[in-house]
Amino acid sequence: MILYELISYDVMRVIWWLLLGVLLIGFAMTDGFDMGVGALLPFVGKTDVERRVIINTVGPVWEGNQVWFILGGGAIFAAWPPLYAVSFSGFYLAMFLVLAALILRPVAFKYRSKREFSAWRNGWDWALFIGGAVPALVFGVAVGNVLLGVPFELTPQLIPMYPGSAFGKLFGLLNPFALLCGAVSLSMLLTHGAAWLSLKTRGNIAARARDIGAMSGLVTIVGYAVAGLILLFFIDGYAIVGEVVKDGPSNPHFSEVERTGSWLAAYLDRPWIVIAPICGFLGMFMVMKGLREDRAEVATLLWSKLGIFGAISSVGLTIFPFLLPSTLDPTSSLTVWDASSSHQTLFIMMVATVIFMPLILAYTAWVYSVLWGKVTEDEVTGNSHSY
Amino acid sequence: MDLDIVELSRLQFAMTAMFHFLFVPLTLGLSILVAIMETVYVMTDRPIWRQMTKFWGMLFGINFVLGVATGLTMEFQFGMNWSYFSHYVGDVFGAPLAIEGLMAFFLEATFVGLFFFGWDKLSKTAHCAVAWLVAAGSNFSALWILIANGWMQHPVGARFNPDTMRMEITSFYEVLTNSVAQAKFVHTVSAGYVCASVFVLGVSAWYLLRGRHIELAKRSMTVAASFGLAASLSVVVLGDESGYDAGLNQKMKMAAIEAMWETEPAPASFTLFGIPDQEERETKYAIRIPWVMGLIGTRSLTEQIPGIDNLVDQAHQKIRSGIVAYDALMKIQADRENVPQTVRDTFRTHEDDLGHALLLLRYTDDPRMATEAQITQAANDTVPQVFPIFWGFRIMVGLGFSFILLMAFFFWRSSFCNQSYPRWALWIAVIWIPTPWIAAEMGWIVAEYGRQPWTVDGVLPTALSVSHLTIQDVALTLAGFVTFYSLLFIVEMGLMLKYIRKGPTEDVEETEDWTRRHEARMRGTGTIATPAE
Ligand code: HDD
Ligand code: HEM
Ligand code: HEM
Repeated sequence: MILYELISYDVMRVIWWLLLGVLLIGFAMTDGFDMGVGALLPFVGKTDVERRVIINTVGPVWEGNQVWFILGGGAIFAAWPPLYAVSFSGFYLAMFLVLAALILRPVAFKYRSKREFSAWRNGWDWALFIGGAVPALVFGVAVGNVLLGVPFELTPQLIPMYPGSAFGKLFGLLNPFALLCGAVSLSMLLTHGAAWLSLKTRGNIAARARDIGAMSGLVTIVGYAVAGLILLFFIDGYAIVGEVVKDGPSNPHFSEVERTGSWLAAYLDRPWIVIAPICGFLGMFMVMKGLREDRAEVATLLWSKLGIFGAISSVGLTIFPFLLPSTLDPTSSLTVWDASSSHQTLFIMMVATVIFMPLILAYTAWVYSVLWGKVTEDEVTGNSHSY
Repeated sequence: MDLDIVELSRLQFAMTAMFHFLFVPLTLGLSILVAIMETVYVMTDRPIWRQMTKFWGMLFGINFVLGVATGLTMEFQFGMNWSYFSHYVGDVFGAPLAIEGLMAFFLEATFVGLFFFGWDKLSKTAHCAVAWLVAAGSNFSALWILIANGWMQHPVGARFNPDTMRMEITSFYEVLTNSVAQAKFVHTVSAGYVCASVFVLGVSAWYLLRGRHIELAKRSMTVAASFGLAASLSVVVLGDESGYDAGLNQKMKMAAIEAMWETEPAPASFTLFGIPDQEERETKYAIRIPWVMGLIGTRSLTEQIPGIDNLVDQAHQKIRSGIVAYDALMKIQADRENVPQTVRDTFRTHEDDLGHALLLLRYTDDPRMATEAQITQAANDTVPQVFPIFWGFRIMVGLGFSFILLMAFFFWRSSFCNQSYPRWALWIAVIWIPTPWIAAEMGWIVAEYGRQPWTVDGVLPTALSVSHLTIQDVALTLAGFVTFYSLLFIVEMGLMLKYIRKGPTEDVEETEDWTRRHEARMRGTGTIATPAE
């Protein structure tokens, strides 16, 4: 018997769909606060020392956190190759923006404090702002576009095609609904960053962070609710027509897809998924409250993580089994059942994940525990290796 | 097929990858050198070694972030610019890339923060362990990415699936144990160790010339020369192994390296010098050394190495056979359920040559309709540009031997001549700093340019691999990357030079303090105090 057949193909696909969710949520929870902190930096830190304190709260950990993003890319490549192929080339210029912003970030962290003069440092502060705010915004815009459907099609040889000019495609992404999603994503990560700062700093910095965070928390809640309503009333969903083959070969052309009804019909089919938006609202509300009332800091950060979990998983659960619907040719749409790697590759990758993920979580937890505690001005100015 | 898009995308990939590889080798080697230095510190407790760890560690950090920043681009570029490639081989190629993230990037990136921020938070031994974990992480990362890249050079353990129109894994074990990937891994990390050794040697030599930081410089030199000697021997031996593998698996690349247009009787001669002329298919002004090539390439006196013309003829055959496979594939696609088994069997018989039929897509939309002239054109396309490969290889090899000489000399002076170095040798060490990078970039040009016109050797042509973007799309991002990377490079070099010029600043009093007590102890006068931590 062949080992990988122990777990059937359709179950493997669902496992990888869950793991994809774990990675994206892991990314938003960890690197999310780095990006939030970066975007808050120019507003929360007024003096150079304050800014250094802020940067040093994430200084030792942003690098590890960023790997969630890299691994997200790698895992999509390995487990969902058509998704990797279509989405990154379809969102080409948007991806370039994200990359440019994300490239600035490591450099800014490391180089900012290596020279004294203030133009240098201010410049890098704004680079950190861009490195946090731009990806946060673009990721939200991308999610919005996934909900709306993306204009691509696959030829019979499965070559991805996307008609249109370069800028046409970029500006096509910037429709009002997607921008709303971008705003939700940005404000959610700002709130998350604020929750982190209130945990890791004292005094003025923490107070300013809490003020901004409470505000952006409110924006997130309202935006998330409005997006849900728009989704209910104005946006068509997608559905697979006819019999759904869950363990067939990964070829989107083998199944028929139609644009019908509403995405939110999913909540009638699978009522239990309502747990996701509930977590989202609850988490977001509790962070806002925690930040406003200066509550227990660890709890606030955990609530923020719950909010992120809820918001992201609600999108995934709503569109399941779709990964990337196509407006141009619905039949080309990528779904969990027809856009995965082969059975064997999914199995190999799962084994690798089962081996390494617990190790990663263990040593990451250890590193956070070594670095536990508030970052203070003395500490930052006293250590020649701090940023 | 829009050729401009292909050309622009290749240019962008080559540029971003070669830029990434400016920082990678130093990370690979310096992480290990730093860990070695810290180990000596933990074992001897002498603060000078801690000072060395911190100083070289800081330079490591400045270099490291650019490796990370440029690596980000690499990870997403396959999807952005090579979407058909990503679809076609993602099932095989994606796995090592993802495992690289799981096994290597997380390890290295999580601990590198602790390396810099953990000096006061960890015990000495724990901190040293962190340094080794960082080194392990970066070297694992090279392992997995080179397994991926090795597979593109020599695609084993995979097979085309007509239902999903892509390559799928048949044996992950074969992908892992791919001989090309193994040789590539050791050759490439050794190249990284050479880069770091030459860097440490050169910077230390500069300090000695200036009469600064003598203690640090001398000890660093000893470490760099011993490690560098081993590494430069290994890079040459494994380079030979890579060459042998290329001879076995990528005969066209081998022929291009040697600019061997016609098959010579065995054992073939080695062309030391010459000007390959692609048009005329001959090598002008050639200086040949009899027998040597045959020995390197086949490790025998009797086996022949096929020349380029001969390989083009073979490509003709493969294209014809590929057309049969393509025809069967189209029939399978047209009516998956009812296609007779004989058609599937025909496909299986000819599937290995399917890639060669795809070469025709540059000239016709349907390879089955290809004319004789088009087949000839496609067969000629399998010859890569010989000139850069021929010369890139010779520059790499020449430099490779120069590193052995350099390292052997300094190793000898540091071990047997009381660490005294003549000034001219120190100057050479300083001037030689950029050369290992030149050798490494040449190596990639040989390996990757020599693989053309394929992205995956014999399986998927480059022209087909690209995303169907517009010229503006790619031109814009290419311009963006060039500008952006140039700025980053200037900033990085500025900081690197600033901190090298500034030299180590920390722990000086501590070091002197320790030295005083150490000398007292040696004279037998002082109390036996434990050295200050
Ligand atoms: C995992 C795969 C992989 C790895 C590790 C590398 N490359 Fe590569 N390289 C490719 C996969 C690839 C590719 C995607 O397959 C390209 C793009 C177009 C092509 O034909 O091959 C390519 C093209 C390509 C070219 C252009 C060849 C041409 O257009 O004719 C150069 C000069 C390099 N690469 C250089 C490098 C360098 C300096 C690397 C070190 C970091 C490197 N490659 C690593
Ligand atoms: C085209 C293929 C490549 C891709 C997709 C790629 C991807 C990446 C990525 C995403 C990073 C950042 C990792 C982080 O944030 O920690 C990185 C860094 C690095 N890469 Fe590459 N890389 C490629 C080629 C190579 C090659 C050929 C080597 C070595 C032989 C290499 C070795 C490294 C090393 C040592 C680092 C340093 C940082 C680290 O490991 O975290 N890479 N690469
Ligand atoms: C006598 C010395 C050397 C020989 C015979 C040699 C041989 C080779 C060959 C045949 C390849 C192509 C492998 C392929 O096609 O896949 C290669 C690639 C390469 N070489 Fe060398 N090399 C030598 C020295 C060096 C030195 C000194 C460096 C750098 C310090 C270096 C760095 C590289 C790199 C980075 C690659 C690309 C990765 C790879 O394909 O392994 N080589 N070398």
